[in-house]
Amino acid sequence: MRSPTANDKQTAAAAIAVRDLSHWYGRGDARRQVLQDVELSIDPGEVVLLTGPSGCGKTTLLTLVGALRQVQAGSVQLFGSELLGAGRRERQQLRRRIGMIFQGHNLLRCLTAEQNVQMGADLLADLGYRARRDQAREWLRAVGLGDHLGKLPHDLSGGQKQRVAIARALAARPELLLADEPTAALDSRSGREVVDLLRRLAREQGCAVLMVTHDPRILDVADRLLRMEDGRLFDQDPEAR
Amino acid sequence: MVSRGLQTIAGIWRSRRIPLAWLLLTRQPMRLAVALAGIAFAGILMFMQLGFRDGLFEASVTVHKLFDADVVLLSPRTTSSIGMASFPRRRLVQTLADPDVIGISPVNWNLLLWRNPEARTTRSILTLGFEPDDPIFLDPSISSQARLLQNRGWVLFDERSRPEFGPVAAWLKQGRTVETEVSGERIRVAGLVSLGPSFGADGNMITSRETYQRLMPSSPPGSIELGLIRLRPGADPDAAVARLKRLLPGDVRVVTKAGFEELEKTYWRTSTAIGFIFTLGAGMGFVVGCVIVYQILYSDVSDHLPEYATLMAMGYRLPSLLGVVAREGLLLAVLGYLPAYVAGQGLYALVRSGTRLPVVMDPQRALLVFTMILVMCLGSAGLAMRRLGDADPAEIF
Repeated sequence: MRSPTANDKQTAAAAIAVRDLSHWYGRGDARRQVLQDVELSIDPGEVVLLTGPSGCGKTTLLTLVGALRQVQAGSVQLFGSELLGAGRRERQQLRRRIGMIFQGHNLLRCLTAEQNVQMGADLLADLGYRARRDQAREWLRAVGLGDHLGKLPHDLSGGQKQRVAIARALAARPELLLADEPTAALDSRSGREVVDLLRRLAREQGCAVLMVTHDPRILDVADRLLRMEDGRLFDQDPEAR
Repeated sequence: MVSRGLQTIAGIWRSRRIPLAWLLLTRQPMRLAVALAGIAFAGILMFMQLGFRDGLFEASVTVHKLFDADVVLLSPRTTSSIGMASFPRRRLVQTLADPDVIGISPVNWNLLLWRNPEARTTRSILTLGFEPDDPIFLDPSISSQARLLQNRGWVLFDERSRPEFGPVAAWLKQGRTVETEVSGERIRVAGLVSLGPSFGADGNMITSRETYQRLMPSSPPGSIELGLIRLRPGADPDAAVARLKRLLPGDVRVVTKAGFEELEKTYWRTSTAIGFIFTLGAGMGFVVGCVIVYQILYSDVSDHLPEYATLMAMGYRLPSLLGVVAREGLLLAVLGYLPAYVAGQGLYALVRSGTRLPVVMDPQRALLVFTMILVMCLGSAGLAMRRLGDADPAEIF
């Protein structure tokens, strides 16, 4: 068995560098370990897919790497910043550099597609309003929704909503993109389109991608394939696809 | 300076974001309508209660305001317009010793029984008696009719008196001669004036002191209830009051005209429950508004909790999300106040025509109600914000 972080020397330049990460839920007797000594490193521009049975800890890993949860033991470095012991404010600042795509699209119901994407672009403080709006439009065109700028989420199909969510995540110019089963709610064709788009745009931006998926049809977009079981992370043999 | 200000404004304009608070409110029209109806209702309630309160106090000095006087003499036993005690007229004459006093006018003031010329029922009417040659009224429409009162038994009737006094104004305008009885004596209505009813009196009439003596034979000719003093132009009323107090014995009271009005208002404010009742009513409106706005904002935050959590996951700070809720509160306050203000204006007009009380939208009350609505909305927003603490971005994956 080969450790996923065989390329240890490169961790300084890595978008994510995780070492000896363990995590528990609950307290006392109910305390249950969900992650065990996880080691992981992802370089900028790399697309990594993570698979595994449900309840194995994939989502927990995603929330820890996404600075959404306090790290309990081990080390998680995002762009060189240590998350272990990082405060609320520090984690919030780091989250601005991470794009997140959820299983549900999690769009704001009261905003149009364009406004939803601009909520992402609005995090870029150095740009003027018009520049941010133009960027939002640009991103929607990039995901093929140039004709649906003014539509509210409930007027869009599932695939279109997920593409808006991708545009929103990318509009904040993230250095890391975390995606949790982005194709779960989509049919095979639109699922395929969404991941291809994600991969192409991430490549263009030099953005690292960590995607959790159960969908066997999209595994081929990955540069690297990881498998998680019972809180442990394994490299999956590319031949075993 | 100006260009720097413009630059700052341009900077703020450039760095503006999606107006999330506005969109959250306006994209849910039903909820917004309910919220605005609630706030407007609370605002209208406050406008009405405070309007009634101030209007009633203001109405109590309708007659007081008529007089062209700088300083007035009263009996120390006088409590209010319905409890006017008399004092010797010579005290008023004594004030002429002061160099600033340029004119004095004696006035009789009492409640007498008026017989409705149509229904023949009686009702108390506030009666003023003055010397028709004295220029005691500020309102030229009263002064111009004053010479009519030189005829014995002639009176001027307040056309804004309550209808229970009979259709005097209507009859007079038709050209009929209106005659009736006051305190059992025959009088004739010579003309109409426009004053308005107050707490103490449902109607008013003005007559000469000579006629007054006939209606009130028990009142000695040398006694009056009110002494009006006019000062030289530019004289300081407060200084004159101080001098006259030293000059006159303790059986009269010297106050400025403003003090005279204040005395009346204080009487109604302190010796009746009116102030308390209406302030309480306004307070209830405030509480009802708070409950409605809190309910609306709390359920709005609860409904959008996953969306707020998403924004936090994207890197939005909690304070900036709290700001969204605060702006929702602010928008609700402004949007709810406008209909309350307009409805308040309309209802005031209705009250004025229905009760003839001087209820007007004065800027101070408009500001007070706006402040209360603002406190109501921002306070409720502050409480609803606690719900945002439940938004956990780790839960949304």
